[in-house]
Amino acid sequence: MRVNVTVNGEQRQADDVWEGESLLFVLRERLGLPGSKNACEQGECGSCTVYLDDVPVCACLVAAGQAQDREVRTVEGLASGDQLDPVQEAFVEAGAVQCGFCTPGLVVQAHDLLDRVPNPSDPEIREALAGNLCRCTGYEKILDAVRLAASRR
Amino acid sequence: MTLTPAELTSAVSGGIGTSPQRPDGNLKVRGEFAYASDLWHEDMIWGSTLRSPHPYARITSIDLTEALQVPGVYAVLTHEDVPGRNLYGLEHKDQPVLAVDVVRYQGEPIALVGADHPETALRAMKKIVVTYDVLEPVVDMETAADDTPLHPGGNLVRHVPIRRGSQDVTAEVVVTGRYEVGMQDQAFLGPESGLAVPATDGSVDLYIATQWLHVDRDQIAAALGLPQEQVRLTLSGVGGAFGGREDLSMQVHACLLALHTGKPVKMVYNREESFYGHVHRHPAVLYYEHGADHTGKLVYVRTRMYLDGGAYASSTPAVVANAATLGVGPYEVDNVTVDAYGVYTNNPPCGAMRGFGAVQAGFAYESQMDKLAEALGMSPVDVRVRNAMTEGSVMPTGQVVDSAAPVAQLLKLVQDKPLPAGTSTDIRELPGGVSNTTHGEGVVRGVGYAVGIKNICFSEGYDDYSTARVRVSMVNGELAAAVHTAACEVGQGLVTIMQQIVRTELGIERVTVLPMDTTIGNGGSTSASRQTYVTGGAVKAACALVKDRLAGRTDIGDEVIDEVTEWRHRATEPIDPETGQGNAHVQYGFAAHRAVVDVDVDLGLVRVVSLDCAQDVGRALNPQAVVGQIQGGSAQGLGLAVMEEIQTSGGKVRNPSFTDYLIPTVLDMPPMSIDVLELADPHAPYGIRGVGEPPTISSTPAIVAAIRAATGLALTRVPVRPEHLTGT
Repeated sequence: MRVNVTVNGEQRQADDVWEGESLLFVLRERLGLPGSKNACEQGECGSCTVYLDDVPVCACLVAAGQAQDREVRTVEGLASGDQLDPVQEAFVEAGAVQCGFCTPGLVVQAHDLLDRVPNPSDPEIREALAGNLCRCTGYEKILDAVRLAASRR
Repeated sequence: MTLTPAELTSAVSGGIGTSPQRPDGNLKVRGEFAYASDLWHEDMIWGSTLRSPHPYARITSIDLTEALQVPGVYAVLTHEDVPGRNLYGLEHKDQPVLAVDVVRYQGEPIALVGADHPETALRAMKKIVVTYDVLEPVVDMETAADDTPLHPGGNLVRHVPIRRGSQDVTAEVVVTGRYEVGMQDQAFLGPESGLAVPATDGSVDLYIATQWLHVDRDQIAAALGLPQEQVRLTLSGVGGAFGGREDLSMQVHACLLALHTGKPVKMVYNREESFYGHVHRHPAVLYYEHGADHTGKLVYVRTRMYLDGGAYASSTPAVVANAATLGVGPYEVDNVTVDAYGVYTNNPPCGAMRGFGAVQAGFAYESQMDKLAEALGMSPVDVRVRNAMTEGSVMPTGQVVDSAAPVAQLLKLVQDKPLPAGTSTDIRELPGGVSNTTHGEGVVRGVGYAVGIKNICFSEGYDDYSTARVRVSMVNGELAAAVHTAACEVGQGLVTIMQQIVRTELGIERVTVLPMDTTIGNGGSTSASRQTYVTGGAVKAACALVKDRLAGRTDIGDEVIDEVTEWRHRATEPIDPETGQGNAHVQYGFAAHRAVVDVDVDLGLVRVVSLDCAQDVGRALNPQAVVGQIQGGSAQGLGLAVMEEIQTSGGKVRNPSFTDYLIPTVLDMPPMSIDVLELADPHAPYGIRGVGEPPTISSTPAIVAAIRAATGLALTRVPVRPEHLTGT
């Protein structure tokens, strides 16, 4: 099938999509946007988190066809040219990035949190990021990064 | 070809002792860093792996006919298509690339499919018909050595005895225990993946996520029947490792498919396959007896421990040696008896995971120290301090600890930290959280302590070295440096450290880290907490050669100064096979934890309230990265304490998913206050001491000690599950 979807503000088209493919597969393998990650592909780890019409979702749980005529924003669409989004900048500065495989999902999820709650408390940050697994950091520096980004927005 | 590894040039400056940003940080937060599963090549096809559903069976036939007829399938391969040696392994070559006539664990690879779409490959795989004669699996590590032999030499992989001092001395106070450690998974987030690209001359390039390029290369070349120079590896982005990428997974398979079809082949495991596709932490059963005098001074320690290596040897021999030589912990004990056994079973193969044998022993000996404290009426910290090793202490192997061993100081540091406030009234900070399972009723608090010891670098006489090249030339009128190694960056930050070392040694700010590959000599394994030590040492040594040639010049015109050197740490010795005596280890690392927990005793739910750590790192080359390692290692220890276990039944894995194998989320992790000591080791570059593993050892027993303190339960097995706390 053919899927038309707006990704990071651009109208995109994918052809020969098998009906069982996920939005994640189409983004990564057909549209050249591998930033959203494939750590579990069953909605447990959050590494594929993208905005679908402004709501964060696990792209692995969205069938590609469900994205037809909708707007998707991925981690690749957060920076403005060379200028990182404050959340991205804070993740690098705070040491919240080690292997970085969880980072795209966490950056999108934290970006959404700060859009909704500009100055979240620690328990609010923890609840918001509870669906994003990180195996490297123990999360302390991720919390630091979100606090830092909040202080700058 | 897209998404080849990037050269990393950070605009941020900073030498050793500072915390400059990672040179790959911007790429990673933008989603532009090329992990192995992101690779793409025109014309590439997809590989998949047919695996055994049985833990132990004889293969009676394999029929590929129908699979080969599926449209879009390019190749279906079995062991008959392996042109070279169909066996590999880190220490013993005992593991088939593809099974021949027997499978020894559930998930063992039998056949490969290459197809135009991953779904086509999966469908074709289901049309391969394998018939089996299913056999009774060997699953009990304690009796495995006397059970049906799974390999020609029997099921004992290695027995490490240690005999030191008197073997029959008695003591006033004796405590004994039997402890169990469940099978932990590394659960790195980036799945096993790689892209193999065949060349027209019959050679192959592999872009791969691994921990050791050269040992992968050697094993792949042997299996392919190619000279080593015809197998070229380039490190792709690695999404975490923690030991789980030391062994081969899809490396040979992707190359076989690529050479057979003449097409680039991408293989990516999904999470379920990842659980079958890499080795895990050895589960263990450990028997201990500690004898002490009435002042708490240890008189003897005797232990017999079993480590389940599963179907193939992997790194079991070295894991057993670690468990044995570090088996009494960071304590002075004159009389030691250790018998550590690593065995084959039909359980999933086990090998390296962060802490590598020291974790299993650590849970047991620290549980024993708490039991001893209780028997003596002493505090857990006092009994540990009473026996704490110091510089100059003698290990059970007879090796003298010849640099800082601040065990007592580390314990006192965590003991003196402020305790967290009392049990919260906010449900988000109670066991069960927003599940709203308690408002504080039934919740009890406990505090626990633990300290651990880990060997750093490779041991037992291994020739452990790394190779580094540093090249300096003029760029835009200034000196610029490039550093090249084959040492794998897996997330720990070696790329940053190498830049920092070059800046410090040469005073050159612009330092490019070149992609890691096999065009340069061996970098050694990214394991044993060794890369900053050994590859850092090699980069430092290469810089010294460059510095001589620079001779103080800041303008070298068109000259290019290029130096390559190998660097080794001081030699170690094998241990005596009868007595375990010998200078087996290069360096020892120490960390201590204090854990505070709240336990809902009605539901068996645990919330770790704080998990503070003190660790000596010799010298913190990058303080931010050091703290990140300690926090991350502590988190993996928390996972083993209260949630992480690959559960097996009759050799079959029952929970191969992140739905059923739980790793800590941000809700499970408490605030972690970290104290970093910098007591330089005079034998190591810059005085550093390996950082990555020690915190994983002491975190687990500290948390379990806190749960015991809260509940009064004995708790001799990790992970502690709700039913262990409620008795239901």
